[in-house]
Amino acid sequence: MTNVLTFILVAIIKIVITVFVLLTAVAYTVWLERKVVGRMQNRWGPTRVGPFGLLQPLADGLKFILKEDLTPPYVNKPIYILAPMLAVVMALTSIAIIPIGPTLHIGDYATPIQITGVTDANGQSSDIAIGLLIILGVTSIGVYGIALAGWSSNSKYSLLGSLRASAQMVSYEIALGLSLVGVLMITGSFSLRAIVEHQQGLMFGFIPRWNFFYGFQFVAFFIYLMAAFAETNRIPFDLPEAETELVAGYHTEYSAMKFAMFFMAEYANMVTVACLASVMFLGGWSGPVFGPPIVQSLLPVLYFMARIFFFLFLYIWIRGTLPRFRYDQLMGFGWKFLLPLAIANIVITAFVIAWRA
Amino acid sequence: MHLILFIIFAVFCVGGALGLLISKHPINSALSLIVVMVSLAVLYLLLGAEFVAAIQVIVYAGAIMVLFVFTIMLLNAGEEERTKGSRVATALGFPALIIGAATVIYAILAKIGITGSLSLGQFRGTPEAVSDLLFRDFLLPFEVTSVLILIAIMGAVLLARKGSAE
Repeated sequence: MTNVLTFILVAIIKIVITVFVLLTAVAYTVWLERKVVGRMQNRWGPTRVGPFGLLQPLADGLKFILKEDLTPPYVNKPIYILAPMLAVVMALTSIAIIPIGPTLHIGDYATPIQITGVTDANGQSSDIAIGLLIILGVTSIGVYGIALAGWSSNSKYSLLGSLRASAQMVSYEIALGLSLVGVLMITGSFSLRAIVEHQQGLMFGFIPRWNFFYGFQFVAFFIYLMAAFAETNRIPFDLPEAETELVAGYHTEYSAMKFAMFFMAEYANMVTVACLASVMFLGGWSGPVFGPPIVQSLLPVLYFMARIFFFLFLYIWIRGTLPRFRYDQLMGFGWKFLLPLAIANIVITAFVIAWRA
Repeated sequence: MHLILFIIFAVFCVGGALGLLISKHPINSALSLIVVMVSLAVLYLLLGAEFVAAIQVIVYAGAIMVLFVFTIMLLNAGEEERTKGSRVATALGFPALIIGAATVIYAILAKIGITGSLSLGQFRGTPEAVSDLLFRDFLLPFEVTSVLILIAIMGAVLLARKGSAE
């Protein structure tokens, strides 16, 4: 009985810490984006609230909470309220599946640094056997948040935005899923923890055994990266919210906290996609570890965070650099270039694996 | 624990199915169908068919239903019009339906002779089990089905082209 209680207590602590870190990361990604894009465009970005504008997310949050929450009279009310909730819940759920670090040992107690993971009596950590599929499933349910938001708003700009968004997300989900198949074939498991553990160590003594190098999955990595940009509706694939054509796309009619929910969902999705990219292609938390046991289990978490920061910076960097696609180009790029390339990658990887075996 | 979850999601499932039939607006029907599919996925998961459950969510709830919702949004379908229908159909329809369903269930039970012997978590549904079945035991039917689907896709493309050319 005490075992069950300890397990529940540890799970609650993990959930609280993870959600707190994720929400803070989401808030500060917005700050980072404004700061970095500002510098790229020869401006300062936020500077007024706190040193370097560091308290800006706090001020933004206050503003969102205190603003009037306007519900236009012509909307389909139940769905209009449901849509942002669906978007943000699905965006925040995925983080539960992500393995953030190896096993943490505190005295005799051992637990994996992951919400949905268990450690058995031998100190072996494991997680859900179909972790990757759950993330893909949750992401595909998240599409409804955007689709329903546009439809229930009863406004032509919202509807057009959400039509674009859902068509784009459904199309690029296929390329995204297929780009991960190569990695799955190399590892032979859907479990994210198993995938990361498979990438530990070095080959030839100096190149990390990441799937990016090891299985020649860098093609798959770039397919994944492009599909991920489209999945999160970021520039250069941000047609659903192209402000010059559609005001603000699917969230035109939303205000205050409901609008903030869409914003949170978008940035949480960015974090999830970055986590998945690190886990699948860049070795997750792998890196040199040293020092006492507690440092040895916490240092990999820092390596993992560093990778996520790199991806978030890349998002912002590309936002500051590239113009937007045209819609037919976007669809053509997804279906006629990324999809065949992903299938070719699967076939070649399969042949190489069969040849080696 | 399993039983409680089963009851909760079975209620969701039946409630969603009723909502699909009763609700007047097509988008509410579509949303009810999504609830049915997701709760079915949870039921599969409770049986131990994890892979089937994940695929159920990704393919049915995540892809096919998006197309349904998409169509409803594009056509901007309004509320259904209710007709009274014929009284004979109402009087005869429901008893006939119940008798028909009972006959089918009885026939199946009499034939196989299983009356609830599969306990929760007994089903073979891991990715390995499913792929063993698909790629070893039933390879030929699987490949034939995929060719059939390919032909259907090509037919659909051909029909769509014909329509736009005229």
